[in-house]
Amino acid sequence: MVKYETIIGLEVHIHLKTESKLFCGCSTEFGAAPNTHACPVCTGMPGILPVVNKKAVEYTIKSALALNCEVASRSIFARKNYFYPDLPKNYQISQYEEPLAQNGYLEIGTGSERKRVGITRINLEEDAGKLLHYIGSREIDGSLVDFNRCGVPLLEIVSSPDITSPEEAYTYLTTLKNIIRYLEVSDCDMEKGSLRCDANVSVRLAGKKKLGVKAEVKNMNSFRAIQKALEYEVKRQIKALESEERIIQETRLWDEKKERTYPMRSKEEAHDYRYFPEPDLVPLIVEKEWIENIRKTISELPDRRRERFIKEYKLSEYNAGVLTAEKALANYFEKVVKLYNNPKVVTNWVMVELLGRLNAVNKEVEESPVSPGQLAELLKLMEKGTISGKIAKTVFEEMFNSGKNPQVIVKEKKLVQITDEKEIGKIVEEVLKENPDAVEEYGKGKEKTIGHLVGQVMRKTQGKANPQLVNKILKEKLLKK
Amino acid sequence: MEIYELTAHELSEKMEKKEISSEEIVRSIYNRINQVEKKLHSFVTLTEKEALLQARNIDEKMRKGGFRGLLAGIPIAIKDNMCIRNARTTCSSHILENFISPYEATVVKRLRDEGAVFIGKTNMDEFAMGSSTENSYFGVTRNPWDMNYIPGGSSGGSATAVASDETILAIGSDTGGSIRQPAACCGVVGLKPTYGRVSRYGLVAFASSLDQIGPFGKDVEDAALLLNVLSGYDENDSTSVNLDVPDFTKSLIENVKGIKIGVPKEYFVKGLDGEVERAVKQAIELLKNLGAKIFEISLPHTEYGVAVYYLIAPSEASANLARYDGVRYGYRSPETEDLLEEYEKTRGEGFGAEVKRRIMLGTYALSSGYYDAYYLKAQKVRTLIKKDFDEAFEKVDAIVTPTAPTPAFKIGEKVDDPLQMYLSDIFTISANLAGIPGISQPCGFSKKGLPIGLQLLAKPFYEEVLLRIAYTYEKNTEWHKRKPKL
Repeated sequence: MVKYETIIGLEVHIHLKTESKLFCGCSTEFGAAPNTHACPVCTGMPGILPVVNKKAVEYTIKSALALNCEVASRSIFARKNYFYPDLPKNYQISQYEEPLAQNGYLEIGTGSERKRVGITRINLEEDAGKLLHYIGSREIDGSLVDFNRCGVPLLEIVSSPDITSPEEAYTYLTTLKNIIRYLEVSDCDMEKGSLRCDANVSVRLAGKKKLGVKAEVKNMNSFRAIQKALEYEVKRQIKALESEERIIQETRLWDEKKERTYPMRSKEEAHDYRYFPEPDLVPLIVEKEWIENIRKTISELPDRRRERFIKEYKLSEYNAGVLTAEKALANYFEKVVKLYNNPKVVTNWVMVELLGRLNAVNKEVEESPVSPGQLAELLKLMEKGTISGKIAKTVFEEMFNSGKNPQVIVKEKKLVQITDEKEIGKIVEEVLKENPDAVEEYGKGKEKTIGHLVGQVMRKTQGKANPQLVNKILKEKLLKK
Repeated sequence: MEIYELTAHELSEKMEKKEISSEEIVRSIYNRINQVEKKLHSFVTLTEKEALLQARNIDEKMRKGGFRGLLAGIPIAIKDNMCIRNARTTCSSHILENFISPYEATVVKRLRDEGAVFIGKTNMDEFAMGSSTENSYFGVTRNPWDMNYIPGGSSGGSATAVASDETILAIGSDTGGSIRQPAACCGVVGLKPTYGRVSRYGLVAFASSLDQIGPFGKDVEDAALLLNVLSGYDENDSTSVNLDVPDFTKSLIENVKGIKIGVPKEYFVKGLDGEVERAVKQAIELLKNLGAKIFEISLPHTEYGVAVYYLIAPSEASANLARYDGVRYGYRSPETEDLLEEYEKTRGEGFGAEVKRRIMLGTYALSSGYYDAYYLKAQKVRTLIKKDFDEAFEKVDAIVTPTAPTPAFKIGEKVDDPLQMYLSDIFTISANLAGIPGISQPCGFSKKGLPIGLQLLAKPFYEEVLLRIAYTYEKNTEWHKRKPKL
């Protein structure tokens, strides 16, 4: 069987979460009414000049450091020339020669799968506006342009062609997203367009040195879509190679519905961008001291934190991975553990109860109605035996829905656990009386029937009876029979 | 003597003494405009109503006391490539014929804050591309000394307006000589400041790394006064330099004793008009007699200046002018089928021939495969030209040259010969490439009665040296006092 190698390089564009745009004072807020965040500068009026947003540079440097890049002490902006109605100056201010950062790497995967993917370069550039097409519509019949997004700072992170499978591409993107989110410089939300990714992919016969002809794939709107598009593209290229068709270098678009890629019209991609240094901006000089100050603001990144969680809290690699993927979740976990020092129990509750419910209502950890303190209180109530584990889940549900404290709910709903042996004894007697068959069966050695009897007791107490006590008392009474 | 014949410093003095009001000055200016503007065509837009309103407002503020703007009540004309809020800014182009600026240029704001009164917007070569003001969509401006001659360019309207007393002051922009060359052609003072001295925010860009705004005046003192207002760091222009601005009127010292002035041999060669050469040499002689030390110097890369300029300026222009696509503002070709056709027709119909020529030149020079040979090479030679000046200024305080190789030429004479036209800027271009300041002042007249300009150059941020030499020269000559007969 012939083996093929896949080679993938990814270009990721990330919106930086600055207050204002890259070259003017307009807000970067997402979702505002069209053209409400626009000014002479970001709409390319005659005579305007760009002024670099320092915060955007800071965020770029922060990201570059987290991705192990060399930050250039001097970098320059460049004009990338092409005509399109969403680009008001008809050139984009980007970087070309002398980018802000180069030569980094990202470590992805775990265990034997662990590997480094090179980061070739990181550019800082401005985003374009957005076109809204109403061609054929009775009212407008044309296209409109919204400049709100125009000039929002974009980080362009270009990987080396080190990725060898669509799955690895997925891992790379997830890892990258987690890091960037940890740095709090971007939301990396593909749905809002704050993260976009183009992929370059080629295949070649295993062992060959020469790279295959690559295709650039665009228009994917989720990490899974990127993976799928790449899978499709790899298959297409292998098939082409096997039938000795020529693969041409081209840009292809992913069709999400048909799950296939198709070539972009060549007219749209035949660009000579005529890059040249942006004469309206002076070179960007970054002092060493500034870099070091930014470095200090980088807190523990996901990889390190995961390792620490495994060691410190004795978590499994999987659990530690889930808990540290998002900074907010890891913070949540650690806050609970601080108040209730039983990492294993906390892990369970956070991963099953909290995440389960958050996912069900599509909320982020930051929006959780249950605070870490409240969860810790609940777990304490459970440990003290005030409520049973089963009741705790009911209480948690109520906490999640109402935001109330666990003590209040327990009180209001009278959920305190029954631990009075006399009281339990009474109910057990009742149950035994009502279930003579079960008692008989137990006597014949069918010990499993005790489960049924426990269930009956719990039902009568609305689950409030201490299960251990119920068990104990039941056994005692049954033995006497 | 009519009010409009006076200088800004003379009028300021009269206003200070309450001998005259701004409204009277503005009315006098508009009388003059009504007399001569039909013949000259210095302006694209006149704003008499607004000007009178502004003048009355300033008179009122001065009557109440407290207002002491550096240019309080003084009329000024603005080249039509600088934005005044809510006013038309056309760049003398069809494509911006009806463009109303939603914001104000930094220089305009500074002038407004100092009480200057805006008379109107002056004619220019389209997008400042030209040396004769013939490339205006709105028609040529005429030289007040002879209506058959060009006023120079691209700031021909501003130079003409000052020379013909249609305004007291004017501002222009200089990318390759566009202030100094028309100043020479019209017999007025024009100064191109150091690159970075004056904010470019609101100046419609032609070539961003070369453009600089500067003053026109009837004498050196007025140029210094106006430069005081224009200069200074602007946070909206990253290329403006954060440096303290001296009071330039303090450089108006009639004394050049010991000042070292270099005469570059490369500027006195074939192609230099005999009358111009004589006038400039006489001026050098006079400066020597006044105590300046004259040295022959060499600027060896001078001959590459024009070639370098016509690669760098069009390259930058090709990007700067890309925004005029009819999508958001300005002219849009009606009835087009698709996007590409809209771009092609809008730009094809909206731009004049010279602008199109330069966009094509620049696009070519930046194209993949040609970039290294043209744009990059030009940048390298630009560095050498700059180095020439750096080395020269180790030996001398200033350099003196002719402003232009000939006096003004006839309207139509060079329109079909772009190369000849480009050579009009042969002596002014290097200062833009090197980013150094330069001034042009009248130093004689040709037999035909056309003015001749003397150019002085200094190292970056040494405008004071230029003003001092120019002031001394002016105090010892009468050229600047001559007025064209209109």
